[in-house]
Amino acid sequence: MTATVSRRNTVLTIGKYAALAFYLGFALFPLYWLLKIAVTPDTLIFSEGTRLVPSAFTFGNFMTVVFQTDFLAYFWNSLIVSFGTAFFTTLIAAGAGYAFSRFSFAGKRLIIAVMLITQMFPLLMIIAPIYKIVAGLGLLNSLTSLIIVYTAFNIPFATFLMQSFFDAIPKDLEEAAMMDGCSRFQALRKVVFPLTLPGLGATLGFVFTAAWSELLFALMLISKNDAMTFPVGLLTFVSKFSVDWGQMMAAGVLALIPSCLFFLFIQRYLVQGLTSGAVKG
Amino acid sequence: MIARAQANAVPGATRARRSLYLQYLVEPFFYLSPAIVLIGAVMMVPLIVGISYSFQSIALLNPFDTGWVGLQNYAELWSDRKFWIALENTFFWTFWSILFQFLLGLGLALLLNTDFFGKKLFQALVFLPWAVPTFLSALTWAWLFNPVIGPLPHWMAALGILSEPYNILGDPQLAMWGPIAANIWFGVPFFAITLLAALQSIPGELYEAAEIDGATAWQSFTKITLPFLAPMIAITVMLRTIWIANFADLIYVMTGGGPANSTQILSTYIFTTAFRKLDFGYASTIAVALLVILLLYAIVLLWLRKKLVRI
Repeated sequence: MTATVSRRNTVLTIGKYAALAFYLGFALFPLYWLLKIAVTPDTLIFSEGTRLVPSAFTFGNFMTVVFQTDFLAYFWNSLIVSFGTAFFTTLIAAGAGYAFSRFSFAGKRLIIAVMLITQMFPLLMIIAPIYKIVAGLGLLNSLTSLIIVYTAFNIPFATFLMQSFFDAIPKDLEEAAMMDGCSRFQALRKVVFPLTLPGLGATLGFVFTAAWSELLFALMLISKNDAMTFPVGLLTFVSKFSVDWGQMMAAGVLALIPSCLFFLFIQRYLVQGLTSGAVKG
Repeated sequence: MIARAQANAVPGATRARRSLYLQYLVEPFFYLSPAIVLIGAVMMVPLIVGISYSFQSIALLNPFDTGWVGLQNYAELWSDRKFWIALENTFFWTFWSILFQFLLGLGLALLLNTDFFGKKLFQALVFLPWAVPTFLSALTWAWLFNPVIGPLPHWMAALGILSEPYNILGDPQLAMWGPIAANIWFGVPFFAITLLAALQSIPGELYEAAEIDGATAWQSFTKITLPFLAPMIAITVMLRTIWIANFADLIYVMTGGGPANSTQILSTYIFTTAFRKLDFGYASTIAVALLVILLLYAIVLLWLRKKLVRI
Protein backbone atom coordinates (compact mmCIF):
# COMPACT_ATOMS: atom_id res chain seq x y z
CA MET A 1 0.00 0.00 0.00
CA THR A 2 2.57 2.54 1.09
CA ALA A 3 4.81 1.42 -1.77
CA THR A 4 2.15 2.22 -4.38
CA VAL A 5 1.40 5.56 -2.73
CA SER A 6 5.04 6.57 -2.71
CA ARG A 7 5.48 5.41 -6.30
CA ARG A 8 2.44 7.48 -7.25
CA ASN A 9 4.03 10.43 -5.50
CA THR A 10 7.28 9.97 -7.40
CA VAL A 11 5.38 9.86 -10.67
CA LEU A 12 3.49 13.01 -9.69
CA THR A 13 6.67 14.81 -8.73
CA ILE A 14 8.37 13.87 -11.98
CA GLY A 15 5.27 14.97 -13.87
CA LYS A 16 5.27 18.26 -12.04
CA TYR A 17 8.89 19.01 -12.80
CA ALA A 18 8.37 17.98 -16.42
CA ALA A 19 5.49 20.47 -16.61
CA LEU A 20 7.64 23.18 -15.02
CA ALA A 21 10.38 22.50 -17.57
CA PHE A 22 7.86 22.63 -20.41
CA TYR A 23 6.55 26.05 -19.35
CA LEU A 24 10.04 27.39 -18.83
CA GLY A 25 11.16 26.17 -22.26
CA PHE A 26 8.05 27.47 -23.97
CA ALA A 27 8.43 30.91 -22.39
CA LEU A 28 12.16 31.32 -22.91
CA PHE A 29 13.00 29.46 -26.12
CA PRO A 30 11.83 32.15 -28.58
CA LEU A 31 13.78 34.80 -26.70
CA TYR A 32 16.80 32.55 -26.53
CA TRP A 33 16.65 32.05 -30.28
CA LEU A 34 16.43 35.80 -30.86
CA LEU A 35 19.53 36.30 -28.74
CA LYS A 36 21.31 33.36 -30.36
CA ILE A 37 20.92 34.62 -33.92
CA ALA A 38 21.90 38.11 -32.78
CA VAL A 39 25.27 36.90 -31.50
CA THR A 40 25.96 34.41 -34.30
CA PRO A 41 28.43 35.63 -36.94
CA ASP A 42 26.77 36.14 -40.34
CA THR A 43 28.79 33.40 -42.00
CA LEU A 44 27.50 30.77 -39.57
CA ILE A 45 23.79 31.65 -39.61
CA PHE A 46 22.94 29.45 -42.59
CA SER A 47 25.44 26.65 -42.12
CA GLU A 48 24.46 26.11 -38.49
CA GLY A 49 20.71 26.47 -39.05
CA THR A 50 19.15 24.65 -36.12
CA ARG A 51 22.17 24.17 -33.86
CA LEU A 52 21.17 25.17 -30.36
CA VAL A 53 24.48 26.80 -29.46
CA PRO A 54 26.51 28.63 -32.10
CA SER A 55 30.17 27.62 -32.43
CA ALA A 56 31.32 31.26 -32.39
CA PHE A 57 30.06 34.48 -30.83
CA THR A 58 30.22 38.05 -32.04
CA PHE A 59 28.96 41.41 -30.91
CA GLY A 60 29.46 42.78 -34.40
CA ASN A 61 25.74 42.84 -35.15
CA PHE A 62 25.09 45.03 -32.11
CA MET A 63 27.93 47.34 -33.07
CA THR A 64 26.57 47.74 -36.60
CA VAL A 65 23.04 48.35 -35.37
CA VAL A 66 24.07 50.94 -32.80
CA PHE A 67 26.66 52.84 -34.81
CA GLN A 68 25.76 52.44 -38.47
CA THR A 69 21.97 52.52 -38.53
CA ASP A 70 19.32 54.92 -37.24
CA PHE A 71 18.27 52.62 -34.42
CA LEU A 72 19.82 54.77 -31.74
CA ALA A 73 17.61 57.66 -32.91
CA TYR A 74 14.53 55.39 -32.97
CA PHE A 75 15.42 54.18 -29.51
CA TRP A 76 15.68 57.74 -28.26
CA ASN A 77 12.33 58.69 -29.87
CA SER A 78 10.66 55.71 -28.26
CA LEU A 79 12.14 56.60 -24.89
CA ILE A 80 10.78 60.16 -25.16
CA VAL A 81 7.34 58.94 -26.18
CA SER A 82 7.16 56.19 -23.57
CA PHE A 83 8.43 58.30 -20.68
CA GLY A 84 6.26 61.23 -21.72
CA THR A 85 3.20 59.01 -21.94
CA ALA A 86 3.98 57.28 -18.67
CA PHE A 87 4.51 60.56 -16.83
CA PHE A 88 1.37 62.36 -18.05
CA THR A 89 -0.82 59.26 -17.81
CA THR A 90 0.25 58.56 -14.25
CA LEU A 91 -0.28 62.17 -13.20
CA ILE A 92 -3.75 62.41 -14.75
CA ALA A 93 -4.80 58.91 -13.71
CA ALA A 94 -3.70 59.57 -10.14
CA GLY A 95 -6.09 62.52 -10.01
CA ALA A 96 -8.95 60.54 -11.53
CA GLY A 97 -8.27 57.48 -9.38
CA TYR A 98 -8.24 59.68 -6.28
CA ALA A 99 -11.60 61.18 -7.23
CA PHE A 100 -13.11 57.72 -7.76
CA SER A 101 -11.67 56.41 -4.52
CA ARG A 102 -12.54 59.28 -2.18
CA PHE A 103 -15.67 61.01 -3.49
CA SER A 104 -19.16 59.96 -4.37
CA PHE A 105 -20.65 62.44 -6.78
CA ALA A 106 -23.24 62.86 -9.49
CA GLY A 107 -22.20 61.22 -12.74
CA LYS A 108 -19.59 58.92 -11.19
CA ARG A 109 -21.21 55.75 -12.49
CA LEU A 110 -21.57 57.26 -15.94
CA ILE A 111 -17.92 58.26 -16.12
CA ILE A 112 -16.78 54.82 -14.94
CA ALA A 113 -19.06 53.21 -17.53
CA VAL A 114 -17.60 55.38 -20.31
CA MET A 115 -14.09 54.47 -19.21
CA LEU A 116 -14.96 50.77 -19.28
CA ILE A 117 -16.46 51.14 -22.74
CA THR A 118 -13.26 52.73 -24.05
CA GLN A 119 -11.51 49.50 -23.06
CA MET A 120 -13.96 47.43 -25.07
CA PHE A 121 -14.35 49.03 -28.44
CA PRO A 122 -11.80 48.37 -31.16
CA LEU A 123 -9.27 51.19 -30.90
CA LEU A 124 -8.54 50.73 -34.60
CA MET A 125 -12.00 52.12 -35.15
CA ILE A 126 -10.73 55.61 -34.43
CA ILE A 127 -7.47 55.36 -36.35
CA ALA A 128 -8.88 57.14 -39.42
CA PRO A 129 -10.52 60.05 -37.53
CA ILE A 130 -7.41 60.48 -35.40
CA TYR A 131 -5.23 60.62 -38.50
CA LYS A 132 -7.50 63.29 -39.97
CA ILE A 133 -7.57 65.34 -36.77
CA VAL A 134 -3.81 65.10 -36.21
CA ALA A 135 -3.17 65.97 -39.87
CA GLY A 136 -5.55 68.93 -39.55
CA LEU A 137 -3.59 70.21 -36.56
CA GLY A 138 -0.35 69.82 -38.50
CA LEU A 139 1.00 67.35 -35.95
CA LEU A 140 1.77 64.41 -38.23
CA ASN A 141 5.29 63.08 -37.75
CA SER A 142 5.58 64.65 -34.31
CA LEU A 143 6.22 62.80 -31.10
CA THR A 144 3.82 65.15 -29.28
CA SER A 145 0.82 63.73 -31.13
CA LEU A 146 1.87 60.20 -30.17
CA ILE A 147 2.24 61.18 -26.51
CA ILE A 148 -1.22 62.79 -26.43
CA VAL A 149 -2.90 59.84 -28.16
CA TYR A 150 -1.17 57.19 -26.03
CA THR A 151 -1.89 59.12 -22.85
CA ALA A 152 -5.60 59.16 -23.60
CA PHE A 153 -5.59 55.44 -24.48
CA ASN A 154 -3.89 54.45 -21.25
CA ILE A 155 -5.80 56.69 -18.84
CA PRO A 156 -8.79 54.38 -18.21
CA PHE A 157 -6.67 51.37 -17.26
CA ALA A 158 -4.23 53.47 -15.24
CA THR A 159 -7.13 55.15 -13.44
CA PHE A 160 -8.60 51.84 -12.28
CA LEU A 161 -5.15 50.73 -11.20
CA MET A 162 -4.53 53.93 -9.22
CA GLN A 163 -8.01 53.70 -7.69
CA SER A 164 -7.16 50.26 -6.34
CA PHE A 165 -4.00 51.67 -4.76
CA PHE A 166 -5.88 54.61 -3.20
CA ASP A 167 -8.59 52.27 -1.93
CA ALA A 168 -5.91 50.40 0.00
CA ILE A 169 -4.95 53.54 1.97
CA PRO A 170 -7.22 54.06 4.98
CA LYS A 171 -9.34 57.19 4.76
CA ASP A 172 -8.76 57.90 8.47
CA LEU A 173 -5.20 59.01 7.73
CA GLU A 174 -6.19 62.00 5.64
CA GLU A 175 -9.17 62.72 7.84
CA ALA A 176 -6.83 62.94 10.81
CA ALA A 177 -4.57 65.30 8.87
CA MET A 178 -7.56 67.40 7.87
CA MET A 179 -8.72 67.53 11.51
CA ASP A 180 -5.31 68.90 12.36
CA GLY A 181 -5.87 71.76 9.95
CA CYS A 182 -4.58 70.53 6.62
CA SER A 183 -6.64 71.32 3.56
CA ARG A 184 -7.61 68.29 1.49
CA PHE A 185 -4.96 69.14 -1.04
CA GLN A 186 -2.29 69.40 1.65
CA ALA A 187 -3.43 66.09 3.11
CA LEU A 188 -3.16 64.59 -0.35
CA ARG A 189 0.32 65.94 -0.86
CA LYS A 190 1.76 65.23 2.58
CA VAL A 191 -0.02 62.07 3.68
CA VAL A 192 -1.46 60.20 0.72
CA PHE A 193 1.19 60.92 -1.89
CA PRO A 194 4.12 59.33 -0.01
CA LEU A 195 2.01 56.23 0.65
CA THR A 196 1.06 55.81 -3.01
CA LEU A 197 4.62 56.04 -4.30
CA PRO A 198 4.83 52.30 -5.00
CA GLY A 199 1.46 52.48 -6.77
CA LEU A 200 2.61 55.43 -8.85
CA GLY A 201 5.74 53.49 -9.75
CA ALA A 202 3.75 50.44 -10.83
CA THR A 203 1.39 52.54 -12.95
CA LEU A 204 4.36 54.27 -14.53
CA GLY A 205 5.83 50.88 -15.40
CA PHE A 206 2.63 49.46 -16.89
CA VAL A 207 2.04 52.52 -19.05
CA PHE A 208 5.67 52.63 -20.14
CA THR A 209 5.57 49.03 -21.39
CA ALA A 210 2.27 49.65 -23.17
CA ALA A 211 3.56 52.78 -24.91
CA TRP A 212 6.88 51.13 -25.75
CA SER A 213 5.19 48.35 -27.71
CA GLU A 214 2.44 50.30 -29.51
CA LEU A 215 2.83 49.87 -33.26
CA LEU A 216 -0.24 50.52 -35.38
CA PHE A 217 -1.01 54.11 -34.42
CA ALA A 218 2.67 55.00 -34.67
CA LEU A 219 2.76 53.50 -38.17
CA MET A 220 -0.21 55.61 -39.16
CA LEU A 221 0.94 58.89 -37.64
CA ILE A 222 4.70 58.73 -38.29
CA SER A 223 6.19 58.36 -41.73
CA LYS A 224 9.35 60.48 -41.54
CA ASN A 225 12.50 58.63 -40.64
CA ASP A 226 13.65 61.05 -37.95
CA ALA A 227 10.44 60.81 -35.93
CA MET A 228 10.07 57.03 -36.05
CA THR A 229 9.64 55.10 -32.84
CA PHE A 230 11.46 51.83 -32.35
CA PRO A 231 8.63 49.51 -33.51
CA VAL A 232 8.08 51.54 -36.68
CA GLY A 233 11.80 51.75 -37.37
CA LEU A 234 12.33 48.04 -36.83
CA LEU A 235 9.42 47.12 -39.09
CA THR A 236 10.70 49.44 -41.82
CA PHE A 237 14.16 47.94 -41.45
CA VAL A 238 12.75 44.40 -41.68
CA SER A 239 10.83 45.15 -44.86
CA LYS A 240 13.86 46.87 -46.43
CA PHE A 241 16.77 44.64 -45.40
CA SER A 242 15.03 41.34 -44.81
CA VAL A 243 18.22 39.32 -45.16
CA ASP A 244 20.32 40.99 -42.48
CA TRP A 245 19.12 38.45 -39.94
CA GLY A 246 21.82 39.12 -37.36
CA GLN A 247 21.23 42.86 -37.41
CA MET A 248 17.45 42.56 -37.26
CA MET A 249 17.67 40.30 -34.23
CA ALA A 250 20.27 42.50 -32.57
CA ALA A 251 17.84 45.41 -32.96
CA GLY A 252 15.12 43.18 -31.51
CA VAL A 253 17.25 42.41 -28.47
CA LEU A 254 17.81 46.13 -27.97
CA ALA A 255 14.03 46.73 -28.06
CA LEU A 256 13.67 44.10 -25.37
CA ILE A 257 15.98 45.77 -22.85
CA PRO A 258 13.74 48.59 -21.53
CA SER A 259 10.70 46.29 -21.38
CA CYS A 260 12.64 43.74 -19.37
CA LEU A 261 13.96 46.36 -16.97
CA PHE A 262 10.49 47.71 -16.33
CA PHE A 263 9.12 44.19 -16.09
CA LEU A 264 11.53 43.36 -13.28
CA PHE A 265 10.39 46.52 -11.58
CA ILE A 266 6.61 46.00 -11.88
CA GLN A 267 6.63 42.23 -11.49
CA ARG A 268 5.48 42.50 -7.88
CA TYR A 269 2.40 44.45 -8.92
CA LEU A 270 1.39 42.19 -11.80
CA VAL A 271 -1.43 40.48 -9.96
CA GLN A 272 -2.96 43.70 -8.70
CA GLY A 273 -2.48 45.45 -12.03
CA LEU A 274 -3.91 42.81 -14.28
CA THR A 275 -6.82 41.92 -12.05
CA SER A 276 -7.88 45.48 -11.28
CA GLY A 277 -7.88 46.45 -14.93
CA ALA A 278 -9.02 42.96 -15.91
CA VAL A 279 -9.43 44.13 -19.47
CA LYS A 280 -6.07 45.06 -20.78
CA GLY A 281 -3.07 42.89 -21.36
CA MET B 1 -28.65 64.19 4.01
CA ILE B 2 -26.03 66.20 5.83
CA ALA B 3 -26.33 68.99 3.31
CA ARG B 4 -30.04 69.31 3.92
CA ALA B 5 -29.70 69.28 7.72
CA GLN B 6 -27.13 72.02 7.63
CA ALA B 7 -29.14 74.09 5.17
CA ASN B 8 -32.00 74.17 7.69
CA ALA B 9 -29.81 75.72 10.36
CA VAL B 10 -30.22 79.44 9.79
CA PRO B 11 -26.95 81.31 10.52
CA GLY B 12 -24.18 80.80 8.03
CA ALA B 13 -26.37 78.39 6.12
CA THR B 14 -25.51 79.71 2.70
CA ARG B 15 -21.83 79.53 3.39
CA ALA B 16 -22.04 75.97 4.62
CA ARG B 17 -24.07 75.00 1.61
CA ARG B 18 -21.64 76.60 -0.73
CA SER B 19 -18.63 74.88 0.81
CA LEU B 20 -20.42 71.53 0.77
CA TYR B 21 -21.44 72.19 -2.78
CA LEU B 22 -17.83 72.89 -3.61
CA GLN B 23 -16.67 69.83 -1.78
CA TYR B 24 -19.08 67.30 -3.21
CA LEU B 25 -19.89 68.60 -6.66
CA VAL B 26 -16.91 70.57 -7.85
CA GLU B 27 -13.88 69.13 -6.11
CA PRO B 28 -14.00 65.62 -7.62
CA PHE B 29 -14.18 67.19 -11.05
CA PHE B 30 -11.09 69.21 -10.24
CA TYR B 31 -9.21 65.90 -10.02
CA LEU B 32 -11.10 64.26 -12.86
CA SER B 33 -11.26 66.95 -15.50
CA PRO B 34 -7.93 66.29 -17.28
CA ALA B 35 -8.89 62.62 -17.70
CA ILE B 36 -12.38 63.49 -18.92
CA VAL B 37 -11.13 66.12 -21.37
CA LEU B 38 -8.50 63.82 -22.87
CA ILE B 39 -10.75 60.78 -23.16
CA GLY B 40 -13.46 62.94 -24.65
CA ALA B 41 -11.20 64.66 -27.17
CA VAL B 42 -9.04 61.70 -28.17
CA MET B 43 -11.46 58.80 -27.91
CA MET B 44 -15.13 59.73 -27.76
CA VAL B 45 -15.15 62.50 -30.39
CA PRO B 46 -13.16 60.42 -32.92
CA LEU B 47 -15.50 57.50 -32.21
CA ILE B 48 -18.50 59.57 -33.28
CA VAL B 49 -16.58 61.06 -36.21
CA GLY B 50 -15.57 57.52 -37.19
CA ILE B 51 -19.18 56.36 -37.23
CA SER B 52 -20.05 59.33 -39.43
CA TYR B 53 -17.20 58.38 -41.80
CA SER B 54 -18.91 55.09 -42.52
CA PHE B 55 -21.66 57.03 -44.31
CA GLN B 56 -19.18 59.03 -46.38
CA SER B 57 -16.74 58.48 -49.16
CA ILE B 58 -13.36 59.52 -47.78
CA ALA B 59 -10.37 58.13 -49.62
CA LEU B 60 -7.19 60.18 -49.43
CA LEU B 61 -6.06 58.80 -52.77
CA ASN B 62 -9.26 60.04 -54.32
CA PRO B 63 -9.72 63.54 -52.84
CA PHE B 64 -12.31 64.82 -55.33
CA ASP B 65 -14.71 62.05 -54.61
CA THR B 66 -15.57 62.92 -51.01
CA GLY B 67 -19.07 63.39 -49.68
CA TRP B 68 -22.03 61.70 -48.06
CA VAL B 69 -23.01 58.48 -49.73
CA GLY B 70 -25.66 57.13 -47.37
CA LEU B 71 -25.56 53.38 -46.99
CA GLN B 72 -23.43 52.72 -50.06
CA ASN B 73 -20.43 51.58 -47.97
CA TYR B 74 -22.62 49.12 -46.12
CA ALA B 75 -24.03 47.73 -49.36
CA GLU B 76 -20.48 47.26 -50.57
CA LEU B 77 -19.55 45.55 -47.31
CA TRP B 78 -22.46 43.13 -47.61
CA SER B 79 -21.24 41.93 -50.99
CA ASP B 80 -17.54 42.02 -50.06
CA ARG B 81 -16.26 38.45 -49.99
CA LYS B 82 -13.11 39.54 -48.12
CA PHE B 83 -15.28 40.83 -45.28
CA TRP B 84 -17.01 37.48 -44.80
CA ILE B 85 -13.70 35.61 -44.96
CA ALA B 86 -12.29 38.03 -42.37
CA LEU B 87 -15.32 37.46 -40.14
CA GLU B 88 -14.86 33.71 -40.28
CA ASN B 89 -11.13 34.09 -39.60
CA THR B 90 -11.87 36.32 -36.61
CA PHE B 91 -13.88 33.51 -35.01
CA PHE B 92 -11.18 30.95 -35.80
CA TRP B 93 -8.39 33.16 -34.46
CA THR B 94 -10.24 34.15 -31.30
CA PHE B 95 -11.52 30.68 -30.45
CA TRP B 96 -8.24 28.77 -30.75
CA SER B 97 -6.19 31.55 -29.15
CA ILE B 98 -8.50 31.73 -26.14
CA LEU B 99 -8.80 27.98 -25.75
CA PHE B 100 -5.05 27.33 -25.62
CA GLN B 101 -4.29 30.46 -23.58
CA PHE B 102 -6.88 29.36 -21.04
CA LEU B 103 -5.82 25.70 -20.79
CA LEU B 104 -2.11 26.47 -20.57
CA GLY B 105 -2.77 29.43 -18.26
CA LEU B 106 -4.82 27.25 -15.92
CA GLY B 107 -2.07 24.63 -15.86
CA LEU B 108 0.54 27.25 -15.05
CA ALA B 109 -1.62 28.80 -12.33
CA LEU B 110 -2.13 25.38 -10.70
CA LEU B 111 1.63 24.76 -10.77
CA LEU B 112 2.39 28.17 -9.30
CA ASN B 113 -0.10 27.49 -6.53
CA THR B 114 2.12 24.66 -5.23
CA ASP B 115 5.51 24.93 -3.59
CA PHE B 116 8.76 24.06 -5.31
CA PHE B 117 12.39 25.07 -5.32
CA GLY B 118 13.15 28.35 -7.10
CA LYS B 119 9.53 29.37 -7.44
CA LYS B 120 10.11 33.14 -7.43
CA LEU B 121 12.64 33.00 -10.25
CA PHE B 122 10.49 30.53 -12.20
CA GLN B 123 7.49 32.83 -11.92
CA ALA B 124 9.46 35.84 -13.15
CA LEU B 125 10.81 33.89 -16.13
CA VAL B 126 7.54 32.33 -17.29
CA PHE B 127 5.76 35.69 -17.04
CA LEU B 128 8.43 37.33 -19.18
CA PRO B 129 6.62 36.88 -22.55
CA TRP B 130 3.91 39.20 -21.27
CA ALA B 131 6.49 42.02 -21.08
CA VAL B 132 7.88 41.46 -24.56
CA PRO B 133 6.62 44.22 -26.88
CA THR B 134 3.97 42.75 -29.20
CA PHE B 135 5.73 43.74 -32.42
CA LEU B 136 8.80 41.90 -31.18
CA SER B 137 6.82 38.77 -30.24
CA ALA B 138 5.38 38.84 -33.74
CA LEU B 139 8.77 39.22 -35.42
CA THR B 140 10.38 36.58 -33.20
CA TRP B 141 7.72 34.01 -34.03
CA ALA B 142 7.78 34.90 -37.71
CA TRP B 143 11.53 34.22 -37.62
CA LEU B 144 11.05 30.95 -35.71
CA PHE B 145 8.71 29.75 -38.46
CA ASN B 146 11.17 30.77 -41.19
CA PRO B 147 13.06 27.66 -42.35
CA VAL B 148 16.13 29.73 -43.20
CA ILE B 149 16.88 30.76 -39.63
CA GLY B 150 14.17 29.21 -37.45
CA PRO B 151 14.16 25.67 -36.05
CA LEU B 152 10.39 25.09 -35.99
CA PRO B 153 9.86 23.97 -39.62
CA HIS B 154 12.73 21.48 -39.31
CA TRP B 155 11.35 20.10 -36.06
CA MET B 156 7.86 19.82 -37.47
CA ALA B 157 9.20 18.04 -40.53
CA ALA B 158 11.15 15.66 -38.33
CA LEU B 159 8.00 14.90 -36.34
CA GLY B 160 6.10 14.26 -39.55
CA ILE B 161 3.72 17.22 -39.13
CA LEU B 162 5.08 18.83 -42.29
CA SER B 163 6.16 16.89 -45.38
CA GLU B 164 9.23 19.11 -45.77
CA PRO B 165 10.52 22.11 -43.80
CA TYR B 166 8.73 25.08 -45.34
CA ASN B 167 7.29 28.30 -43.88
CA ILE B 168 3.73 27.69 -42.70
CA LEU B 169 3.12 31.45 -42.77
CA GLY B 170 3.10 31.17 -46.57
CA ASP B 171 0.63 28.30 -46.65
CA PRO B 172 -3.01 29.49 -46.78
CA GLN B 173 -4.16 26.28 -45.09
CA LEU B 174 -1.89 26.66 -42.05
CA ALA B 175 -0.85 30.32 -41.93
CA MET B 176 -3.30 31.28 -39.16
CA TRP B 177 -1.60 28.89 -36.73
CA GLY B 178 1.53 31.08 -36.80
CA PRO B 179 -0.05 34.17 -35.24
CA ILE B 180 -2.12 31.91 -32.97
CA ALA B 181 1.09 30.32 -31.64
CA ALA B 182 2.56 33.78 -30.99
CA ASN B 183 -0.67 34.85 -29.31
CA ILE B 184 -0.71 31.80 -27.05
CA TRP B 185 2.89 32.44 -26.05
CA PHE B 186 2.12 36.08 -25.30
CA GLY B 187 -1.22 35.50 -23.53
CA VAL B 188 -0.59 32.53 -21.21
CA PRO B 189 0.96 34.70 -18.46
CA PHE B 190 -2.11 36.93 -18.35
CA PHE B 191 -4.44 33.98 -17.78
CA ALA B 192 -2.04 32.41 -15.29
CA ILE B 193 -1.79 35.62 -13.25
CA THR B 194 -5.54 36.17 -13.15
CA LEU B 195 -6.35 32.54 -12.30
CA LEU B 196 -3.54 32.38 -9.73
CA ALA B 197 -5.08 35.33 -7.87
CA ALA B 198 -8.41 33.48 -7.85
CA LEU B 199 -6.80 30.19 -6.74
CA GLN B 200 -5.12 31.88 -3.80
CA SER B 201 -8.46 33.12 -2.55
CA ILE B 202 -9.84 29.57 -2.14
CA PRO B 203 -9.81 28.76 1.60
CA GLY B 204 -7.29 26.00 2.39
CA GLU B 205 -9.58 24.32 4.95
CA LEU B 206 -11.76 23.08 2.14
CA TYR B 207 -8.91 20.97 0.78
CA GLU B 208 -8.02 19.72 4.26
CA ALA B 209 -11.62 18.70 4.88
CA ALA B 210 -11.76 16.95 1.52
CA GLU B 211 -8.54 15.10 2.27
CA ILE B 212 -9.86 13.93 5.65
CA ASP B 213 -12.98 12.65 3.90
CA GLY B 214 -10.75 10.65 1.58
CA ALA B 215 -11.14 12.65 -1.63
CA THR B 216 -8.62 12.04 -4.40
CA ALA B 217 -6.67 14.92 -5.91
CA TRP B 218 -8.83 14.76 -9.03
CA GLN B 219 -12.00 14.90 -6.92
CA SER B 220 -10.89 17.96 -4.99
CA PHE B 221 -9.91 19.60 -8.28
CA THR B 222 -13.30 19.06 -9.91
CA LYS B 223 -15.40 19.52 -6.76
CA ILE B 224 -13.60 22.43 -5.09
CA THR B 225 -11.14 24.18 -7.40
CA LEU B 226 -13.19 24.37 -10.58
CA PRO B 227 -16.46 25.56 -8.98
CA PHE B 228 -14.56 28.24 -7.06
CA LEU B 229 -12.71 29.38 -10.17
CA ALA B 230 -15.76 29.30 -12.43
CA PRO B 231 -16.87 32.94 -12.06
CA MET B 232 -13.33 34.26 -12.53
CA ILE B 233 -12.82 31.98 -15.54
CA ALA B 234 -16.07 33.16 -17.07
CA ILE B 235 -15.29 36.85 -16.64
CA THR B 236 -11.69 36.57 -17.82
CA VAL B 237 -12.56 34.49 -20.88
CA MET B 238 -15.38 36.83 -21.85
CA LEU B 239 -13.34 40.02 -21.56
CA ARG B 240 -10.31 38.44 -23.16
CA THR B 241 -12.42 37.33 -26.13
CA ILE B 242 -13.20 40.94 -26.94
CA TRP B 243 -9.59 41.95 -26.51
CA ILE B 244 -8.26 39.20 -28.78
CA ALA B 245 -10.88 39.79 -31.46
CA ASN B 246 -9.63 43.39 -31.60
CA PHE B 247 -5.96 42.46 -31.47
CA ALA B 248 -4.39 43.15 -34.86
CA ASP B 249 -0.66 43.69 -34.17
CA LEU B 250 0.52 40.08 -34.29
CA ILE B 251 -1.24 39.18 -37.52
CA TYR B 252 -0.36 42.45 -39.22
CA VAL B 253 3.35 42.03 -38.49
CA MET B 254 3.56 38.28 -39.14
CA THR B 255 1.52 37.90 -42.31
CA GLY B 256 -0.11 41.25 -43.12
CA GLY B 257 -3.37 39.33 -43.56
CA GLY B 258 -2.01 37.11 -46.31
CA PRO B 259 -1.45 34.80 -48.04
CA ALA B 260 -4.62 35.32 -50.06
CA ASN B 261 -6.44 36.82 -47.05
CA SER B 262 -6.19 33.52 -45.20
CA THR B 263 -5.13 35.30 -42.00
CA GLN B 264 -7.13 38.49 -42.47
CA ILE B 265 -9.31 39.17 -39.41
CA LEU B 266 -11.67 42.12 -39.11
CA SER B 267 -9.30 44.34 -37.14
CA THR B 268 -6.39 43.79 -39.55
CA TYR B 269 -8.78 44.39 -42.44
CA ILE B 270 -9.68 47.75 -40.87
CA PHE B 271 -6.03 48.64 -40.47
CA THR B 272 -4.90 47.62 -43.96
CA THR B 273 -7.85 49.43 -45.53
CA ALA B 274 -7.05 52.60 -43.59
CA PHE B 275 -3.26 52.43 -43.70
CA ARG B 276 -2.43 50.91 -47.09
CA LYS B 277 -5.43 51.96 -49.18
CA LEU B 278 -6.11 55.16 -47.20
CA ASP B 279 -9.81 54.48 -47.72
CA PHE B 280 -11.12 55.91 -44.43
CA GLY B 281 -14.80 55.63 -45.32
CA TYR B 282 -14.70 51.92 -45.97
CA ALA B 283 -12.33 51.24 -43.06
CA SER B 284 -14.82 52.93 -40.73
CA THR B 285 -17.64 50.84 -42.18
CA ILE B 286 -15.79 47.62 -41.33
CA ALA B 287 -15.07 49.07 -37.90
CA VAL B 288 -18.75 49.80 -37.26
CA ALA B 289 -19.57 46.22 -38.30
CA LEU B 290 -16.98 44.90 -35.83
CA LEU B 291 -18.38 47.19 -33.13
CA VAL B 292 -21.91 45.88 -33.74
CA ILE B 293 -20.71 42.29 -33.51
CA LEU B 294 -18.90 43.03 -30.24
CA LEU B 295 -22.00 44.80 -28.88
CA LEU B 296 -24.17 41.79 -29.69
CA TYR B 297 -21.61 39.60 -27.96
CA ALA B 298 -21.62 41.89 -24.91
CA ILE B 299 -25.42 41.78 -24.73
CA VAL B 300 -25.39 37.99 -24.83
CA LEU B 301 -22.77 38.06 -22.08
CA LEU B 302 -24.77 40.36 -19.83
CA TRP B 303 -27.83 38.16 -20.34
CA LEU B 304 -25.81 35.04 -19.53
CA ARG B 305 -24.33 36.68 -16.44
CA LYS B 306 -27.78 37.54 -15.19
CA LYS B 307 -28.80 33.90 -15.58
CA LEU B 308 -25.63 32.62 -13.90
CA VAL B 309 -25.77 35.03 -10.99
CA ARG B 310 -29.35 34.09 -10.13
CA ILE B 311 -28.23 30.49 -9.63
